[in-house]
Amino acid sequence: MVGRLFDALDPPVRTGEPPVLSRRIRDVLVDTLPTRARIRQDDSALRRHTHLSDEALVALVARGDDGALGELYDRVGRVAYGIAYRILRDERLAEDAVQDGFLAVWRSAASYRAERAKASTWIVTLVHRRAVDIVRREERRRAEPLEVGRHPDAADPLGSAEEVAWLGLEREIVQAALRSLPDAQREAIELAYYGGYSQSELAERLGVPLGTIKSRMFAGLARLREVLDEAESEGSWTPRLTS
Amino acid sequence: MDAETHELIAAYALDALDATDRARAKELLASSEEAREELRSLTEVAATMATAVAGPEPAPGLRDRILEAARSEPQNLVSLDDRRRSRLVPALGIAAAVAAVAALAFGLWGASVSSDLDETRAALARERAAAGVLARPAAEASLTGASGRLVVDGDGRAVLVVSDVPPVPRGKTYQVWVIDDGRPVSAGLFAPADGTLTIPVDGRVGRGSVVAVTVEEDGGASAPTGKPVIASVPVTLS
Repeated sequence: MVGRLFDALDPPVRTGEPPVLSRRIRDVLVDTLPTRARIRQDDSALRRHTHLSDEALVALVARGDDGALGELYDRVGRVAYGIAYRILRDERLAEDAVQDGFLAVWRSAASYRAERAKASTWIVTLVHRRAVDIVRREERRRAEPLEVGRHPDAADPLGSAEEVAWLGLEREIVQAALRSLPDAQREAIELAYYGGYSQSELAERLGVPLGTIKSRMFAGLARLREVLDEAESEGSWTPRLTS
Repeated sequence: MDAETHELIAAYALDALDATDRARAKELLASSEEAREELRSLTEVAATMATAVAGPEPAPGLRDRILEAARSEPQNLVSLDDRRRSRLVPALGIAAAVAAVAALAFGLWGASVSSDLDETRAALARERAAAGVLARPAAEASLTGASGRLVVDGDGRAVLVVSDVPPVPRGKTYQVWVIDDGRPVSAGLFAPADGTLTIPVDGRVGRGSVVAVTVEEDGGASAPTGKPVIASVPVTLS
């Protein structure tokens, strides 16, 4: 039964396999570099988890397996914390958002459906929503100037070599895709996703009609989808939220 | 889909809606597979934006705090392969039970990404109650006006299981009523959707109760304003 459950939850077949070279680099990195999960190799339950897909892990979480939740945190926690911190710019609040998001995963894993979203996307979405809810309650942000197109940490030294290879590449591709958008569209989706501003807040603060904000947001996100799809179909890249 | 719909879904994927528009988007998503597919696609794009951010690492203690908090929290466990439970639903039928649980699952996924945590908790509580009724049915009543049935457990808690409920005009909603001795009492609202819907009926039903559904203005009415579009036969509870 467990086996069949996992078959059903395997992620859909992807078109555009990553190129062989990248895959080999990744294998070498994964085999030689410690990640938080691999450091705990003496724990056989965790080692079992490292071989499962994100979606299969969610199925285990739904059965009350907290080790599977820990493995999901090891895979998605870094990106989830990154976006929460970008929105909230406060370590404690960002941790609250991540914790609330993962507890929502724990509580409602039985309701997760693989055809609705990748598991990593589902988790990031839950954390993002929580961070947005928190920042909109924070009064102090109302007085701050809007910041657009600032990726202050892009030039920071990266963490592990694995992160250099994967998150670094991912970051570069997504940032390049964002830079390729018309400025007004990029501004709209960045202030929404990274700033947590609602459409009506943006219309007011930018002094632009609400209808204009709405159409810029859709146009920007749809254009970003096209650019990322192109990168993916060229075979140079497969979207990943996990580390 | 028209431009306005595309814009609503894009803003939803970016979490850029305020509460009113969020509710409007959820209503739309509940009734349109096409809208759900567009949301799925745009949500992947929006989530990809999260990887463009580099920042500090989470504190090492956060992982353990999350796991500790999880261990002390109840979960919403809806298990399909729980044999004991399966044996207890002969009256409903396994296929119907699976369809019902699948419907619950969609509702919960929608709830879990689309609303604040408090709202999610309330939705979870309702869905859990519905799953409980479906697991231990004591009586069923057939429906007129829609395919499906009313399932009642031994304590008088009831769930409407209906398929392919037609859409309602913008600004309208379905409202459920429990009618005892000719007096209707509101038992909740629901939005139409494709597939099988599992709708918990608020309050309790007893022997002779009829459960009916009318179309009302958004937000519901204090008494039915029109004829029922769906109605059960009177419940026979032993």
